[in-house]
Amino acid sequence: MLKHKRITLFCGHYGSGKTNIAVNYALYLKKQGEEVEIADMDIVNPYFRTKDSEKELTGAGVRLISPRFANSNVDLPALPQELYGLFEFKDKCAVLDIGGDDRGAYALGRFTPFILEENNYNNFFVANFYRPLTRTAEQALEVMREIETAGRVPFTGIVNNSNLGEETTAADVEKTYSLADELSSLTGLPVYMTCVKDSLAGEVSGENIFPLKLQAKYYL
Amino acid sequence: MAEKVLMKGNEAIAEAAIRAGCLHYFGYPITPQTELAAYMAKRMPKIEGGVFLQAESEIAAINMVYGVASTGKRVMTSSSSPGVSLKQEGISYIAGADLPALIVNVQRGGPGLGGIQPSQSDYFQAVKGGGHGDYHLIVLTPASVQEMADLTGLAFELADKYRMPAMLLADGTMGQMMEPVELPETAPKLIDKPWAVTGTQMKREHNIVNSLYLVPEKLEKTNIERYERYKLVEENEVRYESFMMDDAEICVAAFGIAARVSRNAVVEARKQGIKVGMIRPITIWPFPKKAFAEAADRVSTFISVELSMGQMIEDIRLATACRKPVELCCRVGGMIPSPDEVLESIKKAAGGNK
Repeated sequence: MLKHKRITLFCGHYGSGKTNIAVNYALYLKKQGEEVEIADMDIVNPYFRTKDSEKELTGAGVRLISPRFANSNVDLPALPQELYGLFEFKDKCAVLDIGGDDRGAYALGRFTPFILEENNYNNFFVANFYRPLTRTAEQALEVMREIETAGRVPFTGIVNNSNLGEETTAADVEKTYSLADELSSLTGLPVYMTCVKDSLAGEVSGENIFPLKLQAKYYL
Repeated sequence: MAEKVLMKGNEAIAEAAIRAGCLHYFGYPITPQTELAAYMAKRMPKIEGGVFLQAESEIAAINMVYGVASTGKRVMTSSSSPGVSLKQEGISYIAGADLPALIVNVQRGGPGLGGIQPSQSDYFQAVKGGGHGDYHLIVLTPASVQEMADLTGLAFELADKYRMPAMLLADGTMGQMMEPVELPETAPKLIDKPWAVTGTQMKREHNIVNSLYLVPEKLEKTNIERYERYKLVEENEVRYESFMMDDAEICVAAFGIAARVSRNAVVEARKQGIKVGMIRPITIWPFPKKAFAEAADRVSTFISVELSMGQMIEDIRLATACRKPVELCCRVGGMIPSPDEVLESIKKAAGGNK
């Protein structure tokens, strides 16, 4: 199975699927027997939130920390004080859903000293090579560097979440393996896992396939 | 890489605009359209001659659009409802100076600051003249991320052709929704603009861009001439989609996100044996008057499905001269009607027939 660290961060280009993956990964860690807390640190896009999955998370026993005004239509970019608890109490796993791009990663900065000092973390760059500004390994690398500069936590791995939404086929996912490998050799970082929607999990070849239950709201 | 890309509606507009030859973007961030400006901020500096400028306000942005439009270059701004209200003065000036430009409104709930969730309650503002004076915008309403891209290109073409501002009227769902898109690969169709203020090179008379006419006879003449052009737009540029209307006895009318929801309801109602169809206006100015007038000969009831308290419903009543009842099915404030709610309205209308 996938080896995890106490703290897991998901960063990436906006719309790359961070929130969805963070929710699924938190539920996965819980199933592995860990105590898990998940934190919504996205102060950039108030439209899609970890809080949309609140029922499922709390039902599974995963504690959700989200901004007080999340989903209340108040566009207020403030982070909750409970976030400090994630770094204070080291007996639980923490999954952090970071906002998109470098702008989103700035919010991470004030916790960076705690993360680096404890040094028991994974910081994953989530890449969807079907997104317009990360269509090549070089473009993805550029976004990675911008995020690293803003958040100041070095990346430790790559999560390939390449998809075309509901239309995605197994071949669409497999076509992006070469790009993920290219990004891996450019950065020297491993491809930690490849995410696919759960209905495709049996069809996609390759190692470390992580099935995703889609959480995002659909409006038909 | 694959030909299709997975884009948010906001991004699709931005990329389609760039591909349509729009190298000038002026705007100010506001949810739920901020990705459009963010995309422009990333892409424009990498394009030769590309300009992205975050203005100090929406009012400044629309006046920068006015400036560039007078040079004949393709130019745009984007915002969401409260920001578009701020732009109305500038839009009136651009219309009064007969300039092409694109204004994007990714609508959110109102009035006032309202909310950040989707809405269609700026319909009146878009089609009835949001600013002062007699004028129209060509108003296009996308119902998919693909249409966000396609109608952006079309908006620029029509604006150029008729020398008038065009508006893409979307909503928060359309802006935030992600779908695979195929983007145009062909070069944009650009036309000559002999009226543009580009320097005379001492070879021609000065071109003047202006909306001030102190002599009333002259001002009347410009208004009348402008309305002759509007007549051409109404004759030639109406766009709509007709869905299951051939034998329909009930006609659902909806655009944008409301049309996506309604389509499912229509399909479900057909399964239950109700003869219902849908007219989806793609242009809401010019409004597909003829399509509704013809439908009124055949159907017993119209149902206008809107994310507003009932705005398009007035245009349906005008187009049909109130010959048939027009019911309203709506949610507002950022809420979206569910297919079941629309289905209930259809059933109610069908029950009333028997």
